[in-house]
Amino acid sequence: MLLQIAEPGQSAKPHQHKLAVGIDLGTTNSLVATVRSSEAQTLPDVDGQHILPSVVRYHGDGAITVGRKAKQQASQDSANTIQSVKRLLGRGVSDLQQLGDQLPYDFSGDTEGMPYIRTAAGDKSPVEVSAEILKVLAQRGVESLGGELVGAVITVPAYFDEAQRQATKDAAKLAGLNVLRLLNEPTAAAVAYGLDQEAEGIFAVYDLGGGTFDISILRLNRGVFEVLATGGDSALGGDDFDHVVAEWIIAEMGNPSLNRDQLRSILDAACDAKQQLTDDDSAKIVISDNDLNWQGQLNLAQFESLIEPLVKKTLRACKRALRDASVTADAVREVVMVGGSTRVRHVRNKVADYFGRPPHIEIDPDRVVAIGAAIQADVLAGNKPGSEMLLLDVIPLSLGLETMGGLVEKVIDRNTAIPVARGQEFTTYKDGQTGMVIHVLQGERELVDDCRSLARFILHGIPPMAAGAAKVRVTFQVDADGLLNVSARELTSGVESAIEVKPSYGLSDGEIARMIKDSFSHAQEDHDARTLREQQVEADRLIEALEAALDADGDRLLTPEDQAILRQGIAQLSQLNGGSDHKAIAKGIEVLSAASDEFAARRMDDGVRRALAGHSVDEVET
Amino acid sequence: MQLEQNFFKLFDLAEDYHLDIHQLSDRYRVLQKETHPDRFAQGSEREQLIAVQYTAHINEALNTLKTPLKRAQYLLKLRGKELCPESSAPMEPMFLMQQMEWRESLEHISKSDDPEAELEALDDEVASTWRQMEKDFIAALSNESELEQAVSTVRKMQFLDKLRHEIEQAEDELLDD
Repeated sequence: MLLQIAEPGQSAKPHQHKLAVGIDLGTTNSLVATVRSSEAQTLPDVDGQHILPSVVRYHGDGAITVGRKAKQQASQDSANTIQSVKRLLGRGVSDLQQLGDQLPYDFSGDTEGMPYIRTAAGDKSPVEVSAEILKVLAQRGVESLGGELVGAVITVPAYFDEAQRQATKDAAKLAGLNVLRLLNEPTAAAVAYGLDQEAEGIFAVYDLGGGTFDISILRLNRGVFEVLATGGDSALGGDDFDHVVAEWIIAEMGNPSLNRDQLRSILDAACDAKQQLTDDDSAKIVISDNDLNWQGQLNLAQFESLIEPLVKKTLRACKRALRDASVTADAVREVVMVGGSTRVRHVRNKVADYFGRPPHIEIDPDRVVAIGAAIQADVLAGNKPGSEMLLLDVIPLSLGLETMGGLVEKVIDRNTAIPVARGQEFTTYKDGQTGMVIHVLQGERELVDDCRSLARFILHGIPPMAAGAAKVRVTFQVDADGLLNVSARELTSGVESAIEVKPSYGLSDGEIARMIKDSFSHAQEDHDARTLREQQVEADRLIEALEAALDADGDRLLTPEDQAILRQGIAQLSQLNGGSDHKAIAKGIEVLSAASDEFAARRMDDGVRRALAGHSVDEVET
Repeated sequence: MQLEQNFFKLFDLAEDYHLDIHQLSDRYRVLQKETHPDRFAQGSEREQLIAVQYTAHINEALNTLKTPLKRAQYLLKLRGKELCPESSAPMEPMFLMQQMEWRESLEHISKSDDPEAELEALDDEVASTWRQMEKDFIAALSNESELEQAVSTVRKMQFLDKLRHEIEQAEDELLDD
């Protein structure tokens, strides 16, 4: 393995382009994009295809097919071919029952836990299935860019809750991807159009895909993108346009009885006609296979009247979302179109009418989310020093705790800027109570039953005291991806308990570690190699970051002695990093990190001080 | 963490109930550019951890200062008066009477002929009382001997704040029908 070890003092590598990608992990299709020569573009596979259908097929012999081939063969092996796995991510078995019986899979696992799909290759969790899709995209990134990726920005729907975000991140971890950030899909689309450059305003992102419709109302205020409201229909999309056209064709044929293959042919013809009508005013339909022989003509006006009820349905959802956001349609400054079905002219026209302005359609609506993710990945990878872009985010749903009587006490309100940490004190309600159940909930409602349960744990070992005498401080920490950590501490005794919130249907760290291990054809040395590689990457990152910091601020903030100590620490870690003892490297990282903590804090304080000293100059007008 | 603990000083703002919200958000953004974890996406794990801690502190400061009620509570806290939400100190009977009246009319509004107009009227009335309390609070706060007065005003503001949320909720429900 080649490692670049820089000489001390020569580590500033401004020209070194870091390889990072943006990934749109979609329900139907997924894409990967990157910024090359300052242009964001999606990456094709070897056949020149950019879109990867989000379909995974498990074969009995352990082989896995992902993408187009899996999709084409889906009907032959539907039980082992997983489609739309995104609908299952972060969901419990009981949630899935609400999705109806549209899922042709067998599930194992009890109703409390996470659903596992029974396949010919064993039981697979939605996280593992998603990881297969991510692996293919990551591999495509590595091959097209010719090097290892420093990380990826992965997009998630704005309405994804904590469990679904965690599951997405777990899938990335399983796929060996370093997640730079989870980004909301509508925010990504807005970034692709550079809307983050504008000072402020309200934006609508209209996302009509093959099978789902989402509308998001965003507010940008000085770099903070806030999701004001989301809405939509999880069972409405371009496929429904095909269906209404197919029904029309069947009616024109005189309603013959049809078999499954014939129906498929008609649906394909309907889809072709729909696509033809994006450019032409009339589509010729010819069906001549599977013992069918029919020709017809569908003109634009007919087509538009066929899909009108469906388009209206999306506009009603827009109206509801605007109302939830407490804004009017004319307050919306820009409208962004996402999803292949927004190519339909009638959709564009109706949306333009409704919002009173033409929507943005300049970027391919299938790729716009991946492109926005790539732009942010490029910034986060450090390829754009001096970039002004900073996307600040808020939590979409309130987080709270169960209190007496099945009520929820909110600890962090929705729309609070993240990352955030907040503590609240609770007390015991019984004399001599030695344990306390900490039940973490998400949602806006007051009753526990109306909120989503995220986790439940018990703080043991509270010394027996009179009711109300113990003071338990529960701290919620939400990171920049919206993921939650909860800890509880009894203040008089110091008894402590903490968990990373993993919902009952999420994966534990142990399970993830096991899956990672399993995925390396159960060879210990492979696993060790991966661990070594991870430690080396982390050591490189630390060395590089610290050298850059020393070059920039060492003379100003540290004594020559302290600088020498850190430089020496860097040299030691570099040496360790050339070896193959991952434990020694981990220890070395630990030591050097601890030694540089104070310096890092000083730099941050200094930055804050200087930033504020400059504010009188920067604040031109308020 | 060596970051300034006083939220007003952190944003270099005067310790005052009056606050220019644009200035606050401008300075918030300036600080976030220095400390946000995204700025350290390529940094070491420790650096990212420190960045999260700093940013969380700045976010907490923003959340406290941007909401009028929280700002008022914080100003009291800086003067050593922490309000406990369940504190049972007696309230002025007149104030409580008024509260009960408002709550009753809020409950009955949905059955009235023109609930929207009535809701708006109630909202206006509560809002004007709120503005008066803000004035009382500012006046009491400027005088050390009236600190207890300021505390009792903020306790009233807590009541009003809750009522205003309930009015908002009622408005939402009205729209949903």
